[in-house]
Amino acid sequence: MASLKDMRVRIASTKATQKITKAMQMVAASRLRRAQQAAEAARPYADKMSAVISNIASAAAGSPGAPGLLAGTGRDQVHLLLVCTGERGLSGAFNSSIVRLARERAQALIAQGKEVKFFCVGRKGYEQLRRLFDKQIVEHLDLRSVRQLGFVNAEDIAKKVLARFDNGEFDVCTLFYAQFKSVIAQIPTAQQIIPLVVEEKAANAPTTSYEYEPEEDELLPRLLPRNVAVQIFRALLENNASFYGAQMSSMDNATRNAGEMIRKQTQIYNRTRQAQITKELIEIISGAEAV
Amino acid sequence: MATFHFDLVSPEKLAFSGEVDQVDIPGWEGDFGVLAGHAPVVAAVRPGILTIIAGGQKQKVIVLGGLAEVSDNRLTVLADVATSIEEIDRTQFADTVAEMEEKLSEKEGHELDLAITRLDNYKSIQHELNTTAMH
Repeated sequence: MASLKDMRVRIASTKATQKITKAMQMVAASRLRRAQQAAEAARPYADKMSAVISNIASAAAGSPGAPGLLAGTGRDQVHLLLVCTGERGLSGAFNSSIVRLARERAQALIAQGKEVKFFCVGRKGYEQLRRLFDKQIVEHLDLRSVRQLGFVNAEDIAKKVLARFDNGEFDVCTLFYAQFKSVIAQIPTAQQIIPLVVEEKAANAPTTSYEYEPEEDELLPRLLPRNVAVQIFRALLENNASFYGAQMSSMDNATRNAGEMIRKQTQIYNRTRQAQITKELIEIISGAEAV
Repeated sequence: MATFHFDLVSPEKLAFSGEVDQVDIPGWEGDFGVLAGHAPVVAAVRPGILTIIAGGQKQKVIVLGGLAEVSDNRLTVLADVATSIEEIDRTQFADTVAEMEEKLSEKEGHELDLAITRLDNYKSIQHELNTTAMH
Protein backbone atom coordinates (compact mmCIF):
# COMPACT_ATOMS: atom_id res chain seq x y z
CA MET A 1 0.00 0.00 0.00
CA ALA A 2 1.15 3.49 -0.87
CA SER A 3 2.47 5.48 2.05
CA LEU A 4 0.82 8.72 3.14
CA LYS A 5 3.63 10.72 1.61
CA ASP A 6 3.15 9.04 -1.80
CA MET A 7 -0.51 9.90 -1.64
CA ARG A 8 0.19 13.52 -0.83
CA VAL A 9 2.51 13.72 -3.81
CA ARG A 10 -0.13 12.21 -6.08
CA ILE A 11 -2.79 14.63 -4.96
CA ALA A 12 -0.44 17.55 -5.48
CA SER A 13 0.38 16.41 -8.98
CA THR A 14 -3.28 15.97 -9.90
CA LYS A 15 -3.90 19.47 -8.59
CA ALA A 16 -1.10 20.80 -10.77
CA THR A 17 -2.62 19.09 -13.80
CA GLN A 18 -5.97 20.56 -12.99
CA LYS A 19 -4.47 24.02 -12.85
CA ILE A 20 -2.99 23.54 -16.30
CA THR A 21 -6.19 22.26 -17.87
CA LYS A 22 -8.10 25.07 -16.23
CA ALA A 23 -5.69 27.65 -17.64
CA MET A 24 -5.86 26.06 -21.09
CA GLN A 25 -9.61 26.17 -20.97
CA MET A 26 -9.56 29.85 -20.16
CA VAL A 27 -7.05 30.64 -22.89
CA ALA A 28 -9.12 28.67 -25.39
CA ALA A 29 -12.25 30.53 -24.33
CA SER A 30 -10.71 33.93 -24.93
CA ARG A 31 -9.18 32.86 -28.25
CA LEU A 32 -12.47 31.29 -29.25
CA ARG A 33 -14.19 34.63 -28.97
CA ARG A 34 -11.67 36.21 -31.32
CA ALA A 35 -11.74 33.28 -33.74
CA GLN A 36 -15.49 33.33 -33.79
CA GLN A 37 -15.55 37.04 -34.56
CA ALA A 38 -13.10 36.52 -37.40
CA ALA A 39 -15.20 33.70 -38.79
CA GLU A 40 -18.30 35.82 -38.62
CA ALA A 41 -16.56 38.79 -40.21
CA ALA A 42 -15.57 36.65 -43.17
CA ARG A 43 -19.06 35.32 -43.75
CA PRO A 44 -20.62 38.27 -45.62
CA TYR A 45 -17.76 38.31 -48.10
CA ALA A 46 -17.91 34.60 -48.80
CA ASP A 47 -21.70 34.62 -49.04
CA LYS A 48 -21.76 37.59 -51.40
CA MET A 49 -19.02 36.05 -53.47
CA SER A 50 -20.86 32.80 -53.99
CA ALA A 51 -24.11 34.65 -54.69
CA VAL A 52 -22.49 36.72 -57.43
CA ILE A 53 -20.65 33.75 -58.86
CA SER A 54 -23.64 31.46 -58.97
CA ASN A 55 -25.52 34.26 -60.68
CA ILE A 56 -22.93 34.53 -63.43
CA ALA A 57 -22.04 30.87 -63.46
CA SER A 58 -25.54 29.51 -63.99
CA ALA A 59 -25.57 31.42 -67.25
CA ALA A 60 -22.10 30.34 -68.29
CA ALA A 61 -22.06 26.71 -67.10
CA GLY A 62 -23.78 25.33 -70.16
CA SER A 63 -21.64 27.10 -72.72
CA PRO A 64 -18.76 25.11 -74.21
CA GLY A 65 -16.13 27.74 -73.41
CA ALA A 66 -16.76 27.60 -69.65
CA PRO A 67 -13.53 27.68 -67.63
CA GLY A 68 -12.19 24.47 -66.12
CA LEU A 69 -12.76 25.58 -62.56
CA LEU A 70 -16.47 25.70 -63.27
CA ALA A 71 -17.03 22.93 -65.79
CA GLY A 72 -14.36 20.55 -64.48
CA THR A 73 -12.04 18.52 -66.65
CA GLY A 74 -14.84 16.26 -67.81
CA ARG A 75 -13.48 13.36 -65.76
CA ASP A 76 -13.50 12.47 -62.10
CA GLN A 77 -10.67 9.98 -61.99
CA VAL A 78 -8.23 11.78 -59.72
CA HIS A 79 -9.47 13.33 -56.51
CA LEU A 80 -7.56 15.78 -54.40
CA LEU A 81 -8.60 15.87 -50.77
CA LEU A 82 -7.65 19.14 -49.12
CA VAL A 83 -7.72 18.28 -45.44
CA CYS A 84 -7.57 21.19 -43.01
CA THR A 85 -6.90 20.34 -39.39
CA GLY A 86 -5.43 22.01 -36.33
CA GLU A 87 -1.80 22.40 -35.45
CA ARG A 88 -2.13 21.21 -31.92
CA GLY A 89 -3.90 18.48 -30.08
CA LEU A 90 -5.58 18.45 -26.68
CA SER A 91 -8.83 19.31 -28.34
CA GLY A 92 -10.88 16.18 -27.98
CA ALA A 93 -12.00 14.53 -31.19
CA PHE A 94 -11.57 17.68 -33.28
CA ASN A 95 -8.66 16.57 -35.46
CA SER A 96 -9.55 12.93 -35.66
CA SER A 97 -13.15 13.57 -36.67
CA ILE A 98 -11.99 15.60 -39.69
CA VAL A 99 -9.41 12.97 -40.53
CA ARG A 100 -11.97 10.21 -40.17
CA LEU A 101 -14.32 11.89 -42.63
CA ALA A 102 -11.48 12.36 -45.13
CA ARG A 103 -10.30 8.81 -44.64
CA GLU A 104 -13.73 7.31 -45.18
CA ARG A 105 -14.16 9.40 -48.31
CA ALA A 106 -10.76 8.31 -49.57
CA GLN A 107 -11.46 4.65 -48.95
CA ALA A 108 -14.81 4.89 -50.71
CA LEU A 109 -13.15 6.54 -53.70
CA ILE A 110 -10.38 3.97 -53.83
CA ALA A 111 -12.97 1.19 -53.72
CA GLN A 112 -14.55 2.77 -56.78
CA GLY A 113 -11.23 2.57 -58.57
CA LYS A 114 -10.44 6.29 -58.36
CA GLU A 115 -7.10 7.77 -57.60
CA VAL A 116 -6.78 9.81 -54.41
CA LYS A 117 -4.28 12.50 -53.50
CA PHE A 118 -4.00 14.41 -50.27
CA PHE A 119 -3.06 17.97 -49.52
CA CYS A 120 -2.77 18.41 -45.76
CA VAL A 121 -3.05 21.75 -44.06
CA GLY A 122 -2.15 21.49 -40.41
CA ARG A 123 0.25 19.23 -38.64
CA LYS A 124 -2.19 16.97 -36.83
CA GLY A 125 -4.01 15.81 -39.91
CA TYR A 126 -0.76 15.17 -41.69
CA GLU A 127 0.53 13.02 -38.87
CA GLN A 128 -2.61 10.92 -38.80
CA LEU A 129 -2.99 10.51 -42.54
CA ARG A 130 0.67 9.72 -43.05
CA ARG A 131 0.23 6.37 -41.35
CA LEU A 132 -2.33 5.21 -43.92
CA PHE A 133 -1.71 7.19 -47.08
CA ASP A 134 1.93 8.14 -46.95
CA LYS A 135 2.45 7.84 -50.71
CA GLN A 136 -0.70 9.72 -51.65
CA ILE A 137 0.13 12.87 -49.72
CA VAL A 138 1.34 15.24 -52.39
CA GLU A 139 1.85 18.24 -50.19
CA HIS A 140 1.50 19.38 -46.65
CA LEU A 141 1.57 22.78 -45.13
CA ASP A 142 2.16 23.93 -41.61
CA LEU A 143 0.43 26.98 -40.25
CA ARG A 144 2.11 26.74 -36.89
CA SER A 145 4.19 29.85 -37.38
CA VAL A 146 1.11 31.86 -38.32
CA ARG A 147 -0.11 33.87 -35.40
CA GLN A 148 -3.06 35.60 -36.97
CA LEU A 149 -4.76 33.85 -39.86
CA GLY A 150 -4.89 36.22 -42.78
CA PHE A 151 -6.32 36.02 -46.24
CA VAL A 152 -2.74 35.70 -47.50
CA ASN A 153 -2.50 32.22 -45.95
CA ALA A 154 -5.57 31.06 -47.79
CA GLU A 155 -4.37 32.65 -51.01
CA ASP A 156 -1.13 30.78 -50.64
CA ILE A 157 -2.89 27.43 -50.36
CA ALA A 158 -5.25 28.31 -53.21
CA LYS A 159 -2.30 29.14 -55.46
CA LYS A 160 -0.74 25.75 -54.82
CA VAL A 161 -3.99 23.94 -55.45
CA LEU A 162 -4.67 25.89 -58.63
CA ALA A 163 -1.17 25.28 -59.96
CA ARG A 164 -1.74 21.55 -59.59
CA PHE A 165 -5.11 21.83 -61.25
CA ASP A 166 -3.61 23.69 -64.20
CA ASN A 167 -1.02 20.93 -64.52
CA GLY A 168 -3.83 18.42 -64.78
CA GLU A 169 -2.83 16.62 -61.61
CA PHE A 170 -6.39 16.12 -60.40
CA ASP A 171 -9.98 16.47 -61.60
CA VAL A 172 -11.97 17.07 -58.44
CA CYS A 173 -10.94 18.89 -55.28
CA THR A 174 -12.79 18.48 -52.01
CA LEU A 175 -12.17 20.56 -48.93
CA PHE A 176 -12.42 19.02 -45.46
CA TYR A 177 -12.85 21.13 -42.36
CA ALA A 178 -14.95 21.39 -39.23
CA GLN A 179 -17.82 23.77 -39.40
CA PHE A 180 -18.36 25.75 -36.23
CA LYS A 181 -21.88 25.38 -34.89
CA SER A 182 -21.36 26.02 -31.22
CA VAL A 183 -18.84 25.41 -28.51
CA ILE A 184 -19.98 21.83 -28.10
CA ALA A 185 -20.82 21.09 -31.73
CA GLN A 186 -18.30 21.18 -34.55
CA ILE A 187 -19.41 19.41 -37.67
CA PRO A 188 -16.78 17.85 -39.92
CA THR A 189 -17.71 18.94 -43.41
CA ALA A 190 -16.68 18.00 -46.93
CA GLN A 191 -17.14 20.67 -49.56
CA GLN A 192 -16.33 20.30 -53.23
CA ILE A 193 -14.54 23.40 -54.48
CA ILE A 194 -13.26 22.31 -57.90
CA PRO A 195 -15.25 22.12 -60.09
CA LEU A 196 -17.54 24.60 -58.44
CA VAL A 197 -20.94 23.34 -57.42
CA VAL A 198 -23.48 25.95 -58.40
CA GLU A 199 -26.40 25.94 -56.05
CA GLU A 200 -29.74 25.49 -57.74
CA LYS A 201 -31.68 28.64 -57.18
CA ALA A 202 -35.26 28.46 -56.06
CA ALA A 203 -37.46 28.51 -59.14
CA ASN A 204 -39.46 31.53 -58.06
CA ALA A 205 -36.52 33.59 -56.84
CA PRO A 206 -36.35 36.85 -58.74
CA THR A 207 -33.31 36.95 -60.96
CA THR A 208 -31.74 40.30 -61.52
CA SER A 209 -30.34 40.78 -64.97
CA TYR A 210 -27.03 42.46 -64.47
CA GLU A 211 -24.89 44.43 -66.77
CA TYR A 212 -21.37 43.17 -66.70
CA GLU A 213 -18.24 45.18 -66.91
CA PRO A 214 -16.08 43.62 -68.35
CA GLU A 215 -18.15 40.89 -70.06
CA GLU A 216 -19.08 37.69 -68.20
CA ASP A 217 -16.58 35.53 -70.04
CA GLU A 218 -13.82 37.87 -69.00
CA LEU A 219 -15.06 38.34 -65.45
CA LEU A 220 -15.58 34.69 -64.63
CA PRO A 221 -12.00 33.47 -65.10
CA ARG A 222 -10.92 36.18 -62.71
CA LEU A 223 -13.54 35.42 -60.08
CA LEU A 224 -13.26 31.65 -59.97
CA PRO A 225 -9.68 31.35 -58.66
CA ARG A 226 -10.51 34.05 -56.17
CA ASN A 227 -13.52 32.10 -55.01
CA VAL A 228 -11.33 29.07 -54.32
CA ALA A 229 -9.18 31.21 -52.04
CA VAL A 230 -12.23 32.66 -50.34
CA GLN A 231 -13.70 29.23 -49.67
CA ILE A 232 -10.39 28.01 -48.26
CA PHE A 233 -10.12 31.11 -46.11
CA ARG A 234 -13.58 30.55 -44.74
CA ALA A 235 -12.75 26.91 -44.03
CA LEU A 236 -9.59 27.93 -42.17
CA LEU A 237 -11.46 30.42 -40.03
CA GLU A 238 -14.29 28.00 -39.27
CA ASN A 239 -11.68 25.43 -38.42
CA ASN A 240 -9.89 27.81 -36.12
CA ALA A 241 -13.06 28.64 -34.22
CA SER A 242 -13.99 24.95 -34.08
CA PHE A 243 -10.57 24.07 -32.74
CA TYR A 244 -10.83 26.46 -29.82
CA GLY A 245 -14.40 25.39 -29.17
CA ALA A 246 -13.34 21.74 -29.07
CA GLN A 247 -10.33 22.55 -26.94
CA MET A 248 -12.40 24.55 -24.52
CA SER A 249 -14.97 21.81 -23.97
CA SER A 250 -12.38 19.05 -23.77
CA MET A 251 -10.33 21.04 -21.24
CA ASP A 252 -13.49 21.71 -19.28
CA ASN A 253 -14.04 17.95 -19.12
CA ALA A 254 -10.45 17.38 -18.10
CA THR A 255 -10.73 19.94 -15.30
CA ARG A 256 -13.86 18.28 -14.03
CA ASN A 257 -12.29 14.85 -14.17
CA ALA A 258 -9.25 16.10 -12.29
CA GLY A 259 -11.54 17.56 -9.61
CA GLU A 260 -13.26 14.22 -9.25
CA MET A 261 -9.92 12.44 -8.97
CA ILE A 262 -8.69 14.86 -6.32
CA ARG A 263 -11.85 14.29 -4.31
CA LYS A 264 -11.43 10.51 -4.41
CA GLN A 265 -7.74 10.59 -3.65
CA THR A 266 -8.26 12.97 -0.74
CA GLN A 267 -10.89 10.65 0.70
CA ILE A 268 -8.59 7.62 0.51
CA TYR A 269 -5.78 9.69 1.99
CA ASN A 270 -7.90 10.80 4.94
CA ARG A 271 -9.16 7.28 5.58
CA THR A 272 -5.67 5.86 5.55
CA ARG A 273 -4.43 8.60 7.85
CA GLN A 274 -7.29 7.99 10.30
CA ALA A 275 -6.65 4.22 10.21
CA GLN A 276 -3.00 4.80 11.02
CA ILE A 277 -3.81 7.07 13.96
CA THR A 278 -6.32 4.54 15.32
CA LYS A 279 -3.74 1.78 14.97
CA GLU A 280 -1.13 3.79 16.85
CA LEU A 281 -3.60 4.59 19.63
CA ILE A 282 -4.50 0.90 20.00
CA GLU A 283 -0.82 0.08 20.22
CA ILE A 284 -0.21 2.70 22.93
CA ILE A 285 -3.27 1.68 24.97
CA SER A 286 -2.56 -2.02 24.80
CA GLY A 287 1.07 -1.26 25.68
CA ALA A 288 -0.07 0.72 28.76
CA GLU A 289 -2.47 -2.04 29.85
CA ALA A 290 0.29 -4.61 29.69
CA VAL A 291 2.36 -2.60 32.17
CA MET B 1 -31.09 63.46 -51.83
CA ALA B 2 -31.97 59.83 -52.05
CA THR B 3 -29.61 57.50 -50.31
CA PHE B 4 -28.84 53.83 -50.77
CA HIS B 5 -27.21 51.10 -48.75
CA PHE B 6 -23.53 50.45 -49.24
CA ASP B 7 -21.44 47.57 -47.90
CA LEU B 8 -17.71 47.44 -48.32
CA VAL B 9 -16.48 44.00 -47.39
CA SER B 10 -13.04 42.47 -47.48
CA PRO B 11 -12.34 38.83 -46.60
CA GLU B 12 -11.17 39.88 -43.17
CA LYS B 13 -13.79 42.38 -42.13
CA LEU B 14 -16.80 44.46 -42.95
CA ALA B 15 -15.01 47.74 -43.66
CA PHE B 16 -18.04 49.94 -44.18
CA SER B 17 -21.76 49.53 -43.95
CA GLY B 18 -24.41 52.22 -44.05
CA GLU B 19 -26.56 54.64 -46.01
CA VAL B 20 -24.68 56.82 -48.47
CA ASP B 21 -25.42 59.41 -51.14
CA GLN B 22 -22.81 58.48 -53.67
CA VAL B 23 -19.87 56.13 -54.13
CA ASP B 24 -17.16 56.59 -56.73
CA ILE B 25 -15.60 53.29 -57.72
CA PRO B 26 -12.39 52.73 -59.64
CA GLY B 27 -13.75 50.25 -62.17
CA TRP B 28 -11.57 48.05 -64.33
CA GLU B 29 -12.79 49.84 -67.42
CA GLY B 30 -12.84 53.30 -65.92
CA ASP B 31 -14.08 55.07 -62.83
CA PHE B 32 -17.79 55.30 -62.27
CA GLY B 33 -20.07 56.84 -59.70
CA VAL B 34 -23.03 55.08 -58.18
CA LEU B 35 -26.08 57.00 -57.04
CA ALA B 36 -29.39 55.76 -55.67
CA GLY B 37 -31.42 53.90 -58.29
CA HIS B 38 -28.42 52.75 -60.33
CA ALA B 39 -29.09 49.94 -62.79
CA PRO B 40 -27.99 46.45 -61.68
CA VAL B 41 -24.38 45.98 -62.58
CA VAL B 42 -21.48 43.70 -61.74
CA ALA B 43 -18.12 45.29 -62.33
CA ALA B 44 -14.54 44.38 -61.66
CA VAL B 45 -12.63 46.87 -59.53
CA ARG B 46 -9.03 47.79 -60.16
CA PRO B 47 -6.64 48.80 -57.37
CA GLY B 48 -7.48 52.40 -56.67
CA ILE B 49 -9.18 54.84 -54.36
CA LEU B 50 -12.86 54.51 -53.64
CA THR B 51 -14.72 57.59 -52.47
CA ILE B 52 -17.76 57.37 -50.24
CA ILE B 53 -19.95 60.45 -50.00
CA ALA B 54 -22.47 60.44 -47.19
CA GLY B 55 -24.20 63.49 -45.75
CA GLY B 56 -21.74 65.88 -47.37
CA GLN B 57 -18.79 64.02 -45.86
CA LYS B 58 -16.20 62.45 -48.09
CA GLN B 59 -14.36 59.34 -47.06
CA LYS B 60 -11.63 57.74 -49.08
CA VAL B 61 -10.76 54.08 -48.96
CA ILE B 62 -7.98 52.33 -50.81
CA VAL B 63 -9.13 49.10 -52.40
CA LEU B 64 -6.72 46.70 -54.02
CA GLY B 65 -8.93 45.11 -56.61
CA GLY B 66 -12.22 43.33 -56.20
CA LEU B 67 -15.75 43.31 -57.42
CA ALA B 68 -18.68 45.73 -57.23
CA GLU B 69 -22.30 44.68 -57.40
CA VAL B 70 -25.33 46.94 -57.61
CA SER B 71 -28.81 45.52 -57.16
CA ASP B 72 -32.08 46.48 -55.49
CA ASN B 73 -30.82 49.91 -54.55
CA ARG B 74 -27.84 48.57 -52.68
CA LEU B 75 -24.20 48.44 -53.55
CA THR B 76 -21.76 45.83 -52.37
CA VAL B 77 -18.06 46.08 -53.02
CA LEU B 78 -16.06 42.92 -52.42
CA ALA B 79 -12.58 44.30 -52.01
CA ASP B 80 -9.46 42.14 -51.88
CA VAL B 81 -8.01 44.58 -49.39
CA ALA B 82 -9.71 47.69 -48.04
CA THR B 83 -7.75 50.24 -46.03
CA SER B 84 -8.99 53.69 -45.21
CA ILE B 85 -6.71 56.44 -46.42
CA GLU B 86 -5.85 57.55 -42.89
CA GLU B 87 -4.77 54.10 -41.83
CA ILE B 88 -2.53 53.13 -44.68
CA ASP B 89 1.15 52.74 -43.98
CA ARG B 90 2.77 54.81 -46.69
CA THR B 91 6.26 53.44 -46.30
CA GLN B 92 4.98 49.90 -46.47
CA PHE B 93 2.98 50.75 -49.54
CA ALA B 94 6.06 52.25 -51.15
CA ASP B 95 7.96 49.07 -50.32
CA THR B 96 5.29 46.96 -52.01
CA VAL B 97 5.51 49.12 -55.12
CA ALA B 98 9.30 48.84 -55.17
CA GLU B 99 9.11 45.08 -54.73
CA MET B 100 6.64 44.77 -57.59
CA GLU B 101 8.93 46.79 -59.80
CA GLU B 102 11.82 44.48 -59.03
CA LYS B 103 9.84 41.37 -59.77
CA LEU B 104 8.76 42.73 -63.12
CA SER B 105 11.88 41.46 -64.83
CA GLU B 106 11.10 37.85 -63.84
CA LYS B 107 7.80 37.80 -65.64
CA GLU B 108 7.01 37.46 -69.29
CA GLY B 109 4.15 37.31 -71.77
CA HIS B 110 0.65 37.67 -70.46
CA GLU B 111 1.82 37.72 -66.87
CA LEU B 112 4.09 40.65 -67.57
CA ASP B 113 1.17 42.60 -69.01
CA LEU B 114 -0.89 41.89 -65.90
CA ALA B 115 1.97 42.86 -63.61
CA ILE B 116 2.53 46.12 -65.47
CA THR B 117 -1.14 47.05 -65.26
CA ARG B 118 -1.16 46.26 -61.58
CA LEU B 119 1.98 48.27 -60.96
CA ASP B 120 0.50 51.22 -62.86
CA ASN B 121 -2.58 51.09 -60.67
CA TYR B 122 -0.51 50.98 -57.52
CA LYS B 123 1.62 53.86 -58.70
CA SER B 124 -1.38 56.02 -59.38
CA ILE B 125 -2.62 55.32 -55.84
CA GLN B 126 0.77 56.30 -54.53
CA HIS B 127 0.76 59.46 -56.61
CA GLU B 128 -2.65 60.35 -55.25
CA LEU B 129 -1.49 59.68 -51.71
CA ASN B 130 1.51 61.93 -52.06
CA THR B 131 -0.23 64.80 -53.80
CA THR B 132 -3.27 65.09 -51.55
CA ALA B 133 -2.04 66.34 -48.24
CA MET B 134 -3.63 64.90 -45.14
CA HIS B 135 -6.23 67.00 -43.51
